[in-house]
Amino acid sequence: MTTIAESHHHHHAPTGIKRWLFTTNHKDIGTLYLLFALLMFLTGGAMALVIRAELFQPGLQFVEPHFFNQMTTVHGLIMVFGAVMPAFTGLANWMIPMMIGAPDMALPRMNNWSFWILPFAFFILLMSLFMEGGGPAFGWTFYAPLSTTYSNDNTALFVFAVHIMGISSIMGAINVIVTIVNMRAPGMTYMKLPLFVWTWLITAFLLIAVMPVLAGAVTMVLTDKYFGTDFFNAAGGGDPVMFQHIFWFFGHPEVYIMILPAFGVISTIIPTFSRKKLFGYASMVYATASIAFLSFIVWAHHMFTTGMPLAGELFFMYSTMLISVPTGVKVFNWVATMWRGSISFEVPMLFSIAFIVLFTLGGFSGLMLAITPVDFQYHDTYFVVAHFHYVLVTGAVFSIMAGAYYWLPKWTGNMYHIGLAKAHFWLSLISVNILFFPMHFVGLAGMPRRIPDYALQFADFNALISIGGFAFGLSQLLFVAVVYKCAKGGQKVPAKVWDGAEGLEWEVDSPAPYHTFSEPPEVK
Amino acid sequence: MRLVKLSLWLLLSFPFLAVGTSQYNLPVGVTDISRDVYELHMTIFYICCVIGLIVFAIMFWAIIHHRKSKGAVPAQFHESTKVEILWTAIPFVILIAMAVPATKTLIAMEDTTKADLTIKVTGSQWKWHYEYLDHDVSFYSVLSTPREQITNQDEKTETYLLDVDKPLIIPKGKKVRFLMTSDDVIHSWWVPEFAVKKDANPGFINEAWTRVNETGIYRGQCAELCGKDHGFMPVVVEVKEPAEFDQWLANAQLEKAQAAAAEKASLDLTLSKDELMTLGEQVYMANCAACHQPTGMGLPGVFPALKDSPIALGDVKAHIGIVVHGKPATAMQGYSKMLSLKELAAVVTYERNAWGNNTGDLVQPSDIQESMGEAQ
Amino acid sequence: MKTQYEKYYVPEQSHWPIVGAVALFLIAVGSGLAVMQTAKQQGGIGFYVLILGIAVLLYMLFGWFKNVIDESQGGLYSAQMDRSFRQGMAWFIFSEVMFFMAFFGALFYARTFAVPWLGGDSNNAMTNEVLWPSFEAVWPLLNTPGGDETKAMGWQGLPLINTIILLTSSITLHCAHTAMEHGKRTQLKTMLALTIALGAIFLVLQGEEYVHAYQDLGLTLDSGIYGNTFFLLTGFHGMHVTLGTILLFVVFVRILKGHFSEEKHFAFQAAAWYWHFVDVVWLCLFVFVYVL
Ligand code: HEA
Ligand code: HEA
Ligand code: HEC
Ligand code: CUA
Ligand SMILES: [Cu+2]
Repeated sequence: MTTIAESHHHHHAPTGIKRWLFTTNHKDIGTLYLLFALLMFLTGGAMALVIRAELFQPGLQFVEPHFFNQMTTVHGLIMVFGAVMPAFTGLANWMIPMMIGAPDMALPRMNNWSFWILPFAFFILLMSLFMEGGGPAFGWTFYAPLSTTYSNDNTALFVFAVHIMGISSIMGAINVIVTIVNMRAPGMTYMKLPLFVWTWLITAFLLIAVMPVLAGAVTMVLTDKYFGTDFFNAAGGGDPVMFQHIFWFFGHPEVYIMILPAFGVISTIIPTFSRKKLFGYASMVYATASIAFLSFIVWAHHMFTTGMPLAGELFFMYSTMLISVPTGVKVFNWVATMWRGSISFEVPMLFSIAFIVLFTLGGFSGLMLAITPVDFQYHDTYFVVAHFHYVLVTGAVFSIMAGAYYWLPKWTGNMYHIGLAKAHFWLSLISVNILFFPMHFVGLAGMPRRIPDYALQFADFNALISIGGFAFGLSQLLFVAVVYKCAKGGQKVPAKVWDGAEGLEWEVDSPAPYHTFSEPPEVK
Repeated sequence: MRLVKLSLWLLLSFPFLAVGTSQYNLPVGVTDISRDVYELHMTIFYICCVIGLIVFAIMFWAIIHHRKSKGAVPAQFHESTKVEILWTAIPFVILIAMAVPATKTLIAMEDTTKADLTIKVTGSQWKWHYEYLDHDVSFYSVLSTPREQITNQDEKTETYLLDVDKPLIIPKGKKVRFLMTSDDVIHSWWVPEFAVKKDANPGFINEAWTRVNETGIYRGQCAELCGKDHGFMPVVVEVKEPAEFDQWLANAQLEKAQAAAAEKASLDLTLSKDELMTLGEQVYMANCAACHQPTGMGLPGVFPALKDSPIALGDVKAHIGIVVHGKPATAMQGYSKMLSLKELAAVVTYERNAWGNNTGDLVQPSDIQESMGEAQ
Repeated sequence: MKTQYEKYYVPEQSHWPIVGAVALFLIAVGSGLAVMQTAKQQGGIGFYVLILGIAVLLYMLFGWFKNVIDESQGGLYSAQMDRSFRQGMAWFIFSEVMFFMAFFGALFYARTFAVPWLGGDSNNAMTNEVLWPSFEAVWPLLNTPGGDETKAMGWQGLPLINTIILLTSSITLHCAHTAMEHGKRTQLKTMLALTIALGAIFLVLQGEEYVHAYQDLGLTLDSGIYGNTFFLLTGFHGMHVTLGTILLFVVFVRILKGHFSEEKHFAFQAAAWYWHFVDVVWLCLFVFVYVL
């Protein structure tokens, strides 16, 4: 991405390490976010591979149970907070100002601050793994009292790492909202916003609404563990289940934080390669808003087995099921967009099609989980693990890949090696299903999650899953290679890289100049 | 293109394969409820399959026939209120159709009234405690798979990780109510064949029930992450004919009386060091090694070492006190409920003399009794 | 035809954010270590790292705000920039609201669910019968199931006085704002000074209330869910009042220096919003923690 320096403007991009440390440029910060997310994806993935290696066969082979739990926990935390969320924030940084015709993000210095907090936060988290007693071992959901009275001494580090991650996310989200609300080019009305911008506007709202609640939850964990409070302890009038309510009030919107921008990416790519306008733009916007609204009133579907009163179980079952309706609208709109289009299969489109199919599959298992009496059987088994990896890996991560392949030429000015990229897609598609599909079966057959060892009847499928895991992991190295090569050079691309693409970002040069839209463009 | 089709077909046929090999599906189970749950599961599963088939059939039709390479020219439409209302309304109706049976089953599951037998189930790191509330019978149930199998030194048996020393015994055809709670963290008591999974929350009691139609042995596992050995906390339930069950219950009550007598008798015993150390090692390995490790080294930062520890080398009374009463608000619970006086004496002796702790102290059952009396 | 517009100011490189990131890092590690070391009652570097972190943060804040103030005084900021700041501040306050919501939520849950359930309500008859047979559910929870005892903090006396003080301070601040908008600098200064003074008095009285709670009532941070929610809610509120007072003080100093105009006074407004927000939180606190 060195070519970015060929800017039309009077000042050139600063060079060297200072450029990255001190930058206020949304494109630089976007790049930083994306590279950081990739690094975290590899780190979290490496931990997943430790998990899969241990689970390749029954019996304890490579790691101790206590360390296994740390791997599970930190894998979840890193993938959620270190890989998927920063990757979407990176896309937002790069694309939103260009899509709405703004000169930069609204608060450029704060933007830099939001980013640079993250490496430090994850440094703290990873550091705790090497301290006496180890890192967090209570699952990414850190249920009390396992995370309070019964956790190891280093829990305070986890708490403060989460605190500063939260600060980073909130500042990032404020920046996104203010940019979208205040920085649109003249004529860019709300109902003309690209869907990626719309989904991010709503995502940012979710972030500001729930990250502080997570901060509250970790704070109570901290005081319960170290300062003698009893929020989650019945002896003092508290309730361990209260922790879960607070956590999931954050946690459920959190999962939509990880999928709404994905919807935005897919809604951008499908019309481009179908060469047809997105079907039902307005209903897409309303569906996104409905999903966001519903996400606040479904949280206890993660807690059906905690012994809620019947009325609560029923309410949360019904409200959760309802989410299928707006999500269905999205799926149907994508299909209707493709219907009677003129479809071609460039790499971003391949990932998008895979997204639609596999995300929907994950959505279906989500709907099954929502049915309370049956969730009693599914809960805390690999069926849940299968569900959320379908929506997260073949959902969120695939959409990030799709977005990266879609905009990479715009970012670098070069076309990537299409053969390699296609190989990456096909290998990923096949291995990811070998990896996650059999998890449904072992889950239904009764394998609990978060265990380092299992009964013999699960052995065959687990071996298969592990093979899929390693294959999928290795396939991602192809992605790294594609990105690296593309940044170094390649066939030059025109401003409008894809012939069916629409939007302001395709009207500026490729690579996008260091500063775009210092003067707002006219939007018809 | 062919590849796309092929992988799609493979994907879609997977679920149906699953139905065939029911070992990889939900168990139908042995209770009326578990059957209902299974039916419900299959119903929503098939509905999802059908929706998926329709949606993706349309999508792949478009992918195949509306390809640019085939010269497809894009149409111009991009909105249709009619279709949009339709595809909002239809899923909604489908959801209602699912919600009705789900609600019925759920209401039945939550009705814990009119039970024939009540059992209190208490989870703790990492064992289950069962109390037959009206019958004065209670016991612990702990994983009995040998350590050697877990560490791959021995061949694994068929019920690997799913064996306990004493299973829960319940009568066939009777409504059994469970009162779930926990002594430390949250556990979850789960037997798939009964379709019962309920969290055991410390300080609260959750209720669940089952009525099993067939005798046999049913196995499950703890289903809530509860720390290091969460994966080693199985649930085993043996369902007996009511008559056999009554007999078992009577027997258990008798055993309990005998054990109480043995406790009394053990007060007068003076055991030799060898006796204490042999028994102590057994008890230690079965009950303490999970945390403090067979080497007595503990897990630094999580579980303290007993080797060279000030408590194991220091005042005997303090040492006994911790083992008997535990340490409140830590993972270290008191063992007076679980172990006999003799076992307690042995394990304390063992800890004071093993791993080079050579204090030479011998602890007798009467010492333990004394310490128990003091704290009250 | 291009319409006339003001250029949006995009700052050049700045080293303050990375300094801020280092500061937060030091604060996080420092607090973590300090908490762990206090719990184990051993000494260590935790507190020093924490203090260093706070020092770096203050250094950063001064530097950063100096930049912003200079740019603002230098006329670099357009009306659009002003809106960015305003909206940013508004959303920040919203995030603070949600932070307090977590603790109010805990209070609500404990009162309406946890404590009654421990007393046998809803589907928890057995919880009370088997586990806590002698426990009776009342709020405020003065006798915990575990057997801790405490006394309740009444709403008359200090809390009521404090409520009046904070409400008054909101009014004086509002007067200061109108004065600002009408260019009445003297009135602005007196009213703002009054507000700051009221804030300081509030904090002193709050401190006194804590002493009273600990010494006379036995109401402490660890005396069950009543004490927990009481101290965390009032404690975090107190921290926000402190921050608000500092913000107002900084604004006050800038006013003395002649900053701000009738139209442009974002910093003043931000601090004022913050103050009103803290005030509203107190009203909720007063109702839900003290009165009800
Ligand atoms: C991106 C993340 C993401 C997304 C989008 C979703 C989407 C959904 N999730 Fe998922 N979920 C997670 C991430 C996600 N989830 C995670 C991480 C966990 C585990 C957390 C943990 O415990 O660690 C989890 C766990 C989880 C549970 C708890 C399971 C348990 O622990 O027992 C439940 C239960 O209701 C659930 C339900 C749903 C539902 C109903 C949706 C819906 O939004 C899905 C809607 C989509 C569709 C239904 C498909 C498309 C629709 C159509 C084609 C229309 C027609 C369809 C019908 C009418 C059927 N999820
Ligand atoms: C977006 C989120 C995300 C993503 C992308 C993934 C990706 C993967 N996940 Fe994860 N997962 C979660 C979110 C995610 N997961 C969450 C939230 C949990 C719950 C945690 C909890 O229970 O608390 C979980 C739990 C979880 C479990 C259950 C653990 C347990 O219950 O004990 C398993 C088990 O197989 C698993 C596996 C995998 C695998 C194989 C991948 C693969 O997709 C990973 C792909 C692999 C790579 C990308 C590796 C590439 C790297 C190399 C080849 C080596 C080079 C390395 C370096 C240079 C450093 N995950
Ligand atoms: C579930 C885990 C667990 C099990 C099982 C367990 N302990 Fe412990 N034990 C602990 C923990 C944790 C501590 C530390 C408590 C503290 O001081 O914080 C501890 C402390 C102790 C101590 C005091 C040591 C010291 O230095 O403070 C002794 C003695 C002890 N245990 C003996 C036993 C014996 C005997 C058994 C078995 C009969 C046993 N423990 C089983 C977790 C366990
Ligand atoms: Cu007990 Cu998991
Ligand atoms: Cu959810």
